[in-house]
Amino acid sequence: MAVLDIGIDTAIVSPVRRTRRLGILFWLAAGWIAFIVLAAIFAGVLLAHSPTDMDMLERRAVPSLVHWLGTDALGRDELARLLHGARISLIVGLCAPVIGITIGGALGILAGYFRGRFETIVVGSMDVLLAFPPLVFALAVTAYLGQSVFNLTCILGVLGIPAFMRVARAATLSLAEREFVVAARALGASHARILLHELLPNVFLPLLAFFLLGVAVTIVVEGALSFLGLGVPPPAPSWGSMIGEGRESLEIAPRLAFIPAVTMFLTVLSFNLVGDTLRALTDPRQGAL
Amino acid sequence: MKAPALLSVEGVSVDLPTPRGNLRAVDQVDLKIAPGQTLGIVGESGCGKTMLSRAILQLLPKKAKLSGRVMFDGQDLTRLAAEPLRKLRGRALAVVFQDPMTSLNPVLTIGSQLIETLQEHLEFDASTARRRSVELLAAVGIPAPEQRLSQYPHQLSGGMRQRVAIAIALSCEPKLLIADEPTTALDVTIQAQILDLLAREQRRRHMAMIIITHDLGVVAGRTDEVAVMYAGRVVERAPTPVLFKKMRMPYTEALLAAIPKIDAAPHTPLPAISGRPPDPTRPIQGCSFSPRCRYAMSDCHQQKPALVEAGPDHQYACFHPIHATAEACA
Amino acid sequence: MVWFVGRRLLYLVPVLLAVSLLTFLIASLLPGDLAYVILGDQATPEKVEALRRDMGLDQPIWWRYLSWLGQVLQGDFGRSFRTGQTVLQAVLERLPVSFELMILAEIIGLAVGVPLAIACAVRAGSGFDRFMTGTAFGMLSVPAFLSAILLIYLFAVQLRWLPATGYIPFEEDPVGNLRCFVLPALTLALAEWPGIMRVLRSDMIATLQEDYIAMAKAKGLKPARILFVHALKPSSLTLVTITGINIGRLIGGALIVETIFALPGIGRLLIGALYTRDLIILQGVVLLVACGFVVMNFIVDLFYAVLDPRIRHGRA
Repeated sequence: MAVLDIGIDTAIVSPVRRTRRLGILFWLAAGWIAFIVLAAIFAGVLLAHSPTDMDMLERRAVPSLVHWLGTDALGRDELARLLHGARISLIVGLCAPVIGITIGGALGILAGYFRGRFETIVVGSMDVLLAFPPLVFALAVTAYLGQSVFNLTCILGVLGIPAFMRVARAATLSLAEREFVVAARALGASHARILLHELLPNVFLPLLAFFLLGVAVTIVVEGALSFLGLGVPPPAPSWGSMIGEGRESLEIAPRLAFIPAVTMFLTVLSFNLVGDTLRALTDPRQGAL
Repeated sequence: MKAPALLSVEGVSVDLPTPRGNLRAVDQVDLKIAPGQTLGIVGESGCGKTMLSRAILQLLPKKAKLSGRVMFDGQDLTRLAAEPLRKLRGRALAVVFQDPMTSLNPVLTIGSQLIETLQEHLEFDASTARRRSVELLAAVGIPAPEQRLSQYPHQLSGGMRQRVAIAIALSCEPKLLIADEPTTALDVTIQAQILDLLAREQRRRHMAMIIITHDLGVVAGRTDEVAVMYAGRVVERAPTPVLFKKMRMPYTEALLAAIPKIDAAPHTPLPAISGRPPDPTRPIQGCSFSPRCRYAMSDCHQQKPALVEAGPDHQYACFHPIHATAEACA
Repeated sequence: MVWFVGRRLLYLVPVLLAVSLLTFLIASLLPGDLAYVILGDQATPEKVEALRRDMGLDQPIWWRYLSWLGQVLQGDFGRSFRTGQTVLQAVLERLPVSFELMILAEIIGLAVGVPLAIACAVRAGSGFDRFMTGTAFGMLSVPAFLSAILLIYLFAVQLRWLPATGYIPFEEDPVGNLRCFVLPALTLALAEWPGIMRVLRSDMIATLQEDYIAMAKAKGLKPARILFVHALKPSSLTLVTITGINIGRLIGGALIVETIFALPGIGRLLIGALYTRDLIILQGVVLLVACGFVVMNFIVDLFYAVLDPRIRHGRA
């Protein structure tokens, strides 16, 4: 066996690619996010076509000057659908984790600070929630409430609560024992004051990093549901449903599946990069990939 | 030295690149030790003694740069290939680390950590290795050795763990044992026991030993020769009785004075050495100890003193040594 | 050790009870009167009433929950009114498929992730390491359904080596069976390996800096032994958690993958039950899946104790 050089390094576990500065990848990712968000917002203004107008004579058309990215199987403009799909994916992707971070974050901080039975109940109920196959949960509730962007956002938001709770609680647990909290208490600060002024600002950054990762995950889950036809109701376009529909045409026109797939991949990757970079900044121990 | 040296450290320096510049952890150290001899290396934390021991074992961090030679039993360890080096380690050259809680693998049994060394170097089969392990544990004074084989390190007390580490080190009959602060992590009451154990085993096996410590008291009476290190260099070296009676370096004197004496009057203030050890990334021009030395003169701050002889086997590095009666300075 | 197991078991019971309650509530709250759904177009008010009384649907919810729970504890999960199968029968029919998928996916994921993690940990900071961690990070952003599309396009459409969908039972045709599982298992494995690699690599890098590794080197042990015996064992804890959790999740049937590749597993069973409002199946299967997940976590905890004797003896 070749002698492996297992060196004893004095360097600690550090992110091998990134130092504390924000590298070029971070800015590229942030740039893409900005680009796609702006494109989604101004889709209505910029585009010539509507995402739902069908032109049966121009089905699966190759990209041309009229249709910049071509058309799909029903003659609808790909670019228009892509950008409108971006709207939906981004709305769900950004709003659902908000539910998670507010409710989950609050529960986590409170659980981590007050400990005791409250904490056991919170952690236990999160464990129960986590035991459920999340997709089934989402589907069951959509069946109950109906398929819509709003409902989808709410469900995905609720499903994210346990994860945010964990992050907030872990951060709070490590902070609550530190000197500045003990000092504040010794000075007679009320619980509310400690929570809001001492703990929250310090827990915020890891939560924010996790939020961005949560956006990436939500876009993926929404995409998966829409892919199966069980997410955003048609004819509203979503990247997931576009990929699902594109699957039918894989033999003839693979670009119908791959264009939205690549767009979704780049967006998810960008959110992951930005979120992970932020996490590496706030907690270098955990930042190592 | 009458007998040919078993280990000869010649002009060894260790450089570590750090973000703040080059760190010279070990600076031109020369040492010799004959078979069966005990050498004590004494110094404060950060003086480079641990780096020196790693340099001898060729276990430096990847980024470290070693210069000089380390001759062991006729071979230059710095030039040796990985495989022959690996065969030497654990067999002819053994080491006991400071903290047995971290130097023993917590998820492996004591037995497996003993047996693997025996099987690796002496190629024992399982049952022979097992028997030998029990003998070794008994030899280092561990009661009920058979049960210990299947126990884990955290189930033993600190002193026991260090005995196990010593048993592992001695298992293949090494020619040289390096004990790096072997008692620092242990209770004071256990320290003497461990040191006695080491001394006893060393005499029995006619083994050479290097004891690295920050405590002059540890080396008194247990070593043949002492080397005092400061800021990466050897600043005084002498046979032990000579060092204690006729020391030359002010630093050695200060170290000795800093040992609390049991027969001192109550409330005697401990004469600590003022100041702090130097920052190794910012070497100063003169003698490294001069900022803290109470005998320092102007030339001490200008130039680094070289090692000079005070007598047979006694060297020191100082421009204004103490006890300088009939001998000329520098 | 007995104490350890006992304490964990005690915690398990309330969690399982809560899971059963939640399952029941979700199923009960689904819209559509069950009796109407069952009778379909034969529904008349009297028949509906009669059926409701028969099935106990007119009882208060807590009564229904308790009676269902009672039946479940005796092993009776109910019977689908659509197919007439008992829940257990339906599950057992589909279980081998989901199981085979899960095992294959996990094996491939580990076979890729573990060696890469070790190789990267040993060469931490090198170009190889950075490349592999970068790739792993990128793969994490590729969801399962995307990899599925890609794999189908490559292997089924372009190269025509493997079937895009379908399932052949093992007894019928072992080779054909495995061929049907290659793409779905690969899809899942592509989603699993980055997580595995990342976690093991990070733990191994930390372990390789421990004193006992330096000690092992100082003892002159062979590098392979140091790596695989001294370093791997203490580093595997997080890996075991992740693998256990993954398997627990996959027990629920990798819904998406089963649907895309038309594999008759538990995931498809669930979706089908949801569509046809087959509440009995839905309730029973969700309960089984959720309990399976909880039990899996429990087993993972036990495994911890095996791997790290310090946990076994109560100090970590």
